Amino acid sequence: MYAFTYHRPTTVRQAANLLAKHEDAKLLAGGHSLIPVMKLRLASPPVLIDLSKVEGLSGIELKGRSIVIGAMTRHNDVARSKELQEHLPALAEVPAAIGDPHVRHVGTIGGSVANNDPNADYPAACLGLGATIVTSKRKIAADDFFTGMFSTALEPDEIITKISFPIAKKAAYQKFKHPASGFALVGVFVSKRASDIRVAVTGAGANGVFRVKAFEEALAQRFTPKSLDGLSIKPDGLNSDIHASAEYRAHLVGVLARRAVADAVKR
Amino acid sequence: MSATGIGAAVRRKEDHRFITGKGQYTDDISRPGETRAVFVRSPHAHAKIRKIDTSAAQKMPGVVAVLTGEQLAADKIGHLICGWMIHSKDGSPMKMAPHPAIASGKACYVGDPVALVVAETLTQARDAAEKVAVDYEPLPAVVDPAKAKAGAQIHEVAPKNTIYEWHLGDVKAVEAAFRSAKHVTKLDIVNNRLVPNAMEPRVAIGEYDTGNDSFTLWNTSQNPHVARLVIAAFIGMAPEHKLRVIAPDVGGGFGSKIFIYPEEVACLWASKRTGRPVKWTSDRSEAFLADAHGRDHVTHAEMAFASDGKILALRAKTIANLGAYMSTFSSSVPTYLYATLLSGQYDIAHIYCEVDAVYTNTVPVDAYRGAGRPEATFVVERLVEVGAREQGMDPAELRRKNFVRNFPHQTPVIMTYDAGDYNASLKKAMEIADVKGFAKRRRDAARNGKLRGLGYSTYIEACGIAPSQAVGSLGAGVGLWESAEVRVNPTGSVEILTGCHAHGQGHETTFAQVVADRLGIPIENISVVHGDTDKVQFGMGTYGSRSGAVGISAIVKALDKVEAKAKKVAAHMLEASESDIVFKDGKFTVAGTDKAAAWGDVALNAYIAHKFSGQELEPGLKEGAFYDPTNFTFPAGCHICEVEIDQETGETRVVNWTAVDDFGTVINPMIVEGQVHGGIAQGVGQALLEGAVYDKEGQLVSGSFMDYAMPRAENFPPFNIDTTVTKCPSNPLGLKGCGEAGAIAAPAAVINAITDAIGTEEVTMPATAQTVWAALQKANRMRPAAE
Ligand SMILES: Cc1cc2nc3c(=O)[nH]c(=O)nc-3n(C[C@H](O)[C@H](O)[C@H](O)COP(=O)(O)OP(=O)(O)OC[C@H]3O[C@@H](n4cnc5c(N)ncnc54)[C@H](O)[C@@H]3O)c2cc1C
Repeated sequence: MYAFTYHRPTTVRQAANLLAKHEDAKLLAGGHSLIPVMKLRLASPPVLIDLSKVEGLSGIELKGRSIVIGAMTRHNDVARSKELQEHLPALAEVPAAIGDPHVRHVGTIGGSVANNDPNADYPAACLGLGATIVTSKRKIAADDFFTGMFSTALEPDEIITKISFPIAKKAAYQKFKHPASGFALVGVFVSKRASDIRVAVTGAGANGVFRVKAFEEALAQRFTPKSLDGLSIKPDGLNSDIHASAEYRAHLVGVLARRAVADAVKR
Repeated sequence: MSATGIGAAVRRKEDHRFITGKGQYTDDISRPGETRAVFVRSPHAHAKIRKIDTSAAQKMPGVVAVLTGEQLAADKIGHLICGWMIHSKDGSPMKMAPHPAIASGKACYVGDPVALVVAETLTQARDAAEKVAVDYEPLPAVVDPAKAKAGAQIHEVAPKNTIYEWHLGDVKAVEAAFRSAKHVTKLDIVNNRLVPNAMEPRVAIGEYDTGNDSFTLWNTSQNPHVARLVIAAFIGMAPEHKLRVIAPDVGGGFGSKIFIYPEEVACLWASKRTGRPVKWTSDRSEAFLADAHGRDHVTHAEMAFASDGKILALRAKTIANLGAYMSTFSSSVPTYLYATLLSGQYDIAHIYCEVDAVYTNTVPVDAYRGAGRPEATFVVERLVEVGAREQGMDPAELRRKNFVRNFPHQTPVIMTYDAGDYNASLKKAMEIADVKGFAKRRRDAARNGKLRGLGYSTYIEACGIAPSQAVGSLGAGVGLWESAEVRVNPTGSVEILTGCHAHGQGHETTFAQVVADRLGIPIENISVVHGDTDKVQFGMGTYGSRSGAVGISAIVKALDKVEAKAKKVAAHMLEASESDIVFKDGKFTVAGTDKAAAWGDVALNAYIAHKFSGQELEPGLKEGAFYDPTNFTFPAGCHICEVEIDQETGETRVVNWTAVDDFGTVINPMIVEGQVHGGIAQGVGQALLEGAVYDKEGQLVSGSFMDYAMPRAENFPPFNIDTTVTKCPSNPLGLKGCGEAGAIAAPAAVINAITDAIGTEEVTMPATAQTVWAALQKANRMRPAAE
């Protein structure tokens, strides 16, 4: 790790000002993506702005037909949230499948979404539920937020403050773990909210999380696993590495989507 | 059996220290005036080093020295060596290339040290290391061992990158047997390359004492005395008596800490050059590139059967990848630790094995838990299983038909098996694993769309290596006896000094149990001292499941002498003839009388020496012994693995594991069980998860835990573990050794189970979900979900 300057603001405004003032400054949330790359000297932000003391950034709230989660809410708190168990259990499954207890007690939803690791779990939930990412400046629809591998629509001085998830009656997440890292080798989040049907895939795409329109259309006919029988996605443009070829990932997308729909209809 | 004696599941004495964070690991040691070392490592697999410019690095804050291979050579520091001579078929000696601790002129693998930065702090050393400018001229890399002979020559001494072309056995007899065979089973096998990943990364602290002109090395070693011998005699750092090596608590080794490594040599050398203690602590990423890897064989093997299923002969041709340089014992692993075990538990009249060892531009490869024997077991147990399937025979029945039943049994590949009952362990394992109920479990699984399979591995290993004369005749540069010293204090408490080294095995407990059992004293009154060349005179260290069979045998031999001497003292105290003294349960008595002396009194009298003349009997009670085994020991057993495979994803779940092992006498069943657990975990890791993967340029793609999959608790069901016992006839307690069994047995059991489930033999290790899925696709045998 290289030396850096450390700030610990207490309001979003202070944090945003610091971010605007210092070029290449980085926000620090749970630090479970950022600190490892700093330790390996692969990232060397000159300034860190710690969000841990900023007020009002954590918590889970039911607001009308949505669940709103503060950016600094830890994975474990989301996984165990009573509100979610009652209204949107599929979303609680996502952080429950992240890492190990240590990671889940420190990592945050905002950090995960901002980081947009192509193998991370939360991006699939955001896209798969049609979430809205609320920032210090504006509201961004998930469909517009994830712009590619490790890249998002966030501007350099923009801070995620919360994420709003519409409650879907039927939803589920299926994750096939990467054998080494435990991230998603492939993860599929499906949801049905009235006529809005979403199938979002993480882990597979070379550009990060994406929706599978063909699956969504098939499910619009009838929301049942059978609707996906015989359907598959093309391996073109999917990740291929020592753990999974593009063909295998394409195959898993189909399998996991069917399983997720099967779980969702049981709800 | 007493509560703490042989056979008792005594809680590990050392665990209090470990679980309360009071262990003293090498990195916990800080020396006054200590500096920190960081190695600059080659980013290229194979490259000429045109020039190293250290000037910018020298000017960085806190830098004490920036050292290169040229300076090392100028100071006449010798090369690292491989201590086991192997001769090729044509009689020529193995081609050992020069291996300097810091590369000079040429780098031969990604991770090869090319410079050393010594600075006041670790961060300063890291910062300065980034400023060392190395001008490389990349050369074509040799990565695939099967193609190494045709690749760019890495070392001048080794044309075609060939280290040796060795063989064992009678080729003519084997060919004749194959000609007469009714059935021949053929397999192509890759034994995947593994990264050891001990929990504690390696550490070295070198310290030079100008006053005494002597060195101390603290290191994470499984055998500090051998390290001292090699660093003194071959590397020429200092005379042996001017070098002290201390290996304190060590957090796991699995073989990877047997070897003498460049970093240890470099830290010692740098401490003399700088006049400051120099400490190097490997980080995890570095360990992937700097610790010797394991396995990495490519093999074609064939087994010949008679019409009744009797095995007539076996032949194997193996290419062994030894990496960029020959590590300390690398040459012995794919030869005398491998081909000599190809008879398995079976009576096979004819065996022939050829092994070509090659250099590649990869991390050096050496012994890793099991070392050669897992590779041999995998070859034999896959051949037997596939042979049974091909001939429509029950795999257990085929094994039974071929088991060695009469002992001693001379195999055609050197070994003389001394004792065993292979049928007993197979039978017991089959009962525990409920093999009878498997067909039903398979049908039930099929109803849920899952494929179930069952696989056996009836393994044998040769441990406790071994008679010094025997290994000497096979090329070993050292003897493989063990030493022990029993020091009885005047109050009767006892210190055991051993040349073995504990790094997870629980010696402080088991060794004390043996002494408690023998002397009838509480286990708390016994401590075990190891790992310091100034305390223990000499020893060969711990590997090859030798600490029990060889190390404890040395303790027993020393205890014999202590008892004999104590009886003399007791005879004087009790005014009786020495031959009438009986020692039992911690008490000396005079046969036929009620005269007695307690252990503590005898110990005290040995030291105060009031009851006997010092001319007649030497005061004191301390004895040492060297024990040289008369044979290898032969632990063996049967592991049965049951798997369930998700045919849609190819994911394999181990749902049942049964291990019935014959380790001879068991001193502490709890510790033995722990060793079996760990061994199975590593073996299943190899079979399902672990694999070091290099790309064509020689970059280690699986260079971190993000890509190298270590087994986790969730990968395992609870294990069913039991033993059968045939005592080892060649050592006093009948011990065989248990440290490697699981890692040796497990891979074949897993792959036999998977191939049984999916009905095709084309599964390579690690059998990841993708591998199994691809094999299923290829075989195009997706069974209907409800069969
Ligand atoms: C061992 C291990 C296992 C893991 N396994 C998984 C897994 O299975 N699945 C998975 O999805 N993840 C996994 N992770 C990642 C984990 O979920 C991280 O915690 C998460 O990705 C990042 O969250 P964080 O709070 O730690 O963010 P940090 O590391 O603090 O920050 C990450 C990035 O987001 C930025 N950032 C943080 N907060 C905000 C904000 N409010 N607004 C704008 N930018 C922000 C930071 O500047 C930084 O660039 C694992 C991590 C570890 C160490």
